[in-house]
Amino acid sequence: MAKMKVDFDRCKGCGLCTTACPKKIVELQTEKLNSKGYYTAVCIDDEKCIGCALCAIMCPDCAITVGGEANG
Amino acid sequence: MAEKTLMKGNEALAEAAIRSGCKCFFGYPITPQTEISAYLSKRMPKVGGTFLQAESEVAAINMVYGCASSGIRCMTSSSSPGISLKTEGISYIAGADLPCVIINVQRGGPGLGGIQPSQSDYWQVTHALGHGDFHALVYAPASVQEMADYVSKAFDMADKYRMPAVILADGLLGQMMEPVCFPDTEIKMSDASNKPWATNGHGHKRPHNIVNSLYLKPDQLEDIVRDRFERYEEVKANHSEAVVDYCDDADVVVVAYGSTARLAKSAVEQARKQGIKVGIVRPVTLWPFPVQQIKDACKNAKKVLVVEMSMGQMIDDVKLAIECSKPVHFYGRTGGVIPKPAEILAEIKKLGGNL
Amino acid sequence: MPDFKKPHALTDAVMHYCPGCTHGIVHRLVAEVLDEMDIEGDAIGVCPVGCSVMAYDYFNCDVIEAAHGRAPAVATGVKRANPDKFVFTYQGDGDLAAIGTAEIVHAATRGENITVIFINNTTYGMTGGQMAPTTLPGQITQTTPYGRNPDVEGFPVRVCEMLSQLSGVALAQRVTVIDPKSVNEAKKAIRKGFEFQKNKQGFSIIEVLSTCPTNWGMTPIEALQRVKDEMIPYYPLGVYKEGAIR
Repeated sequence: MAKMKVDFDRCKGCGLCTTACPKKIVELQTEKLNSKGYYTAVCIDDEKCIGCALCAIMCPDCAITVGGEANG
Repeated sequence: MAEKTLMKGNEALAEAAIRSGCKCFFGYPITPQTEISAYLSKRMPKVGGTFLQAESEVAAINMVYGCASSGIRCMTSSSSPGISLKTEGISYIAGADLPCVIINVQRGGPGLGGIQPSQSDYWQVTHALGHGDFHALVYAPASVQEMADYVSKAFDMADKYRMPAVILADGLLGQMMEPVCFPDTEIKMSDASNKPWATNGHGHKRPHNIVNSLYLKPDQLEDIVRDRFERYEEVKANHSEAVVDYCDDADVVVVAYGSTARLAKSAVEQARKQGIKVGIVRPVTLWPFPVQQIKDACKNAKKVLVVEMSMGQMIDDVKLAIECSKPVHFYGRTGGVIPKPAEILAEIKKLGGNL
Repeated sequence: MPDFKKPHALTDAVMHYCPGCTHGIVHRLVAEVLDEMDIEGDAIGVCPVGCSVMAYDYFNCDVIEAAHGRAPAVATGVKRANPDKFVFTYQGDGDLAAIGTAEIVHAATRGENITVIFINNTTYGMTGGQMAPTTLPGQITQTTPYGRNPDVEGFPVRVCEMLSQLSGVALAQRVTVIDPKSVNEAKKAIRKGFEFQKNKQGFSIIEVLSTCPTNWGMTPIEALQRVKDEMIPYYPLGVYKEGAIR
């Protein structure tokens, strides 16, 4: 199954993706700031990700990819 | 030599624009340049070009900005109050290094002023044609033939140096009729093929092109402006033009441009017949200003007389050109009043009579 | 399930927009349409002053930066020079509905065969959140610190409603991008606009109700909610005009 992947340094931590996930598994992590100083979005449970890309559709920064080479 | 036709200055200019490869014209009605629009609205569709009457002077110059970005030869025309409105767009055109031709058929000002001929936009066209550090090429015709000839030159120079070129005419030149012939009998081909910077769709054959005047980093903006001014130096060194007559032995040199230069020239010729040693320099390019030509022409003169249809706008540039080495006098009429040769002759006599 | 990645018509540049600003979504939608119609190489974007003035760094097609409000006139010049190319403008509300009102109205009434992407976020974002022509009654901005008072500042402009009265308009549609469903609707509308242009059917405008979390003083998620609660009631979504003019 294709999984969502967040580009750590592109993400601005706006959280729009978190509103779109039907499985409620996209959250903003609070442990590591990226190079721009944002806490970024992460998928907290890869197993549950259905690869629907709704998170990516809401991302204003093209920071989320689903499937393809990004996931091997 | 091609056949001569009797035409109004505005119409001759419009026809010359088409023959110079101008493919699109965007304008807004204003006296005394309206014949340019009227003529092009008839001719452009016949030659596969575009004539579009814009909703405003501002829109017209921005249509030129867009069309010039595509690498297509284009033009707009107006008269003094309309040029004021266009200055925003002209600044953007200069800032984005785009070639185009802008016509100003001057009328009296300031404000709504009048509709009779004037030269009171000299300061604007040479020193303040919009905000920011930039110049436009400025050609000042003095006959209907030159209204036609200088348009072709303006397009070529605008393309060569990627900068706006202005024809600074006036209501007299625009409205009067004279015989004119067109050296470009064929319509010049003009397309974007020699303009690799044009934003006309990259077709996946080159990286995307950007037409832009925004640089938020001061160092970068300074570099770009400096580069542009280096180009201006090349223009100044090679392309200033003036016509010099009777100056070799002249005690008094008259400096005048455009239609005023014709009036002044007949005054000079009358003065010569009366034994007064007087000559005349006519700047053809107002930017670049023909500094050296004026300096040389005035070398042996004792006095200089600047004649303009304004309160005296070019006079400072003449003083700078001769480095204030001799007295510079002024005679001008303004508000749409055209100076008569007899008036200019009287001024010459005043100066020539008490050397 | 299809893969999801950045469209080719967007560059790799990281956009300068504030976190959660929906400009990024709309940029991507335009780029996806350019990709799907395979017209990136034939497209020219015109991006005037406003937050999106630097979109030339983000779109991979040719782009022209334009003066404030003048994009429809600039686009007219481009289109008249290249009638077979795809020309779009990307304008904000201050740009399109205040300083550029004349340009948009006349491009529309001429039926200029261009596509206008109009971002309505009820404020001037780039200059720090002043009252826009679309600022809602009561809305607090930097220049309406007590809330927009229609007795003093007048009423907001409803652009799609206004332009839909003009004969030259082939498409006037208002969309938003506050959830995946509305984002998909917005993309369909943008595609429709470009299809109208492809078929030389006239002027198209797609108004996108967007957010400005920074100047609204909200989190990005609260801003999405404001679009739903306050903007959509004043600016109803939907098609205001659709049909070829020629």
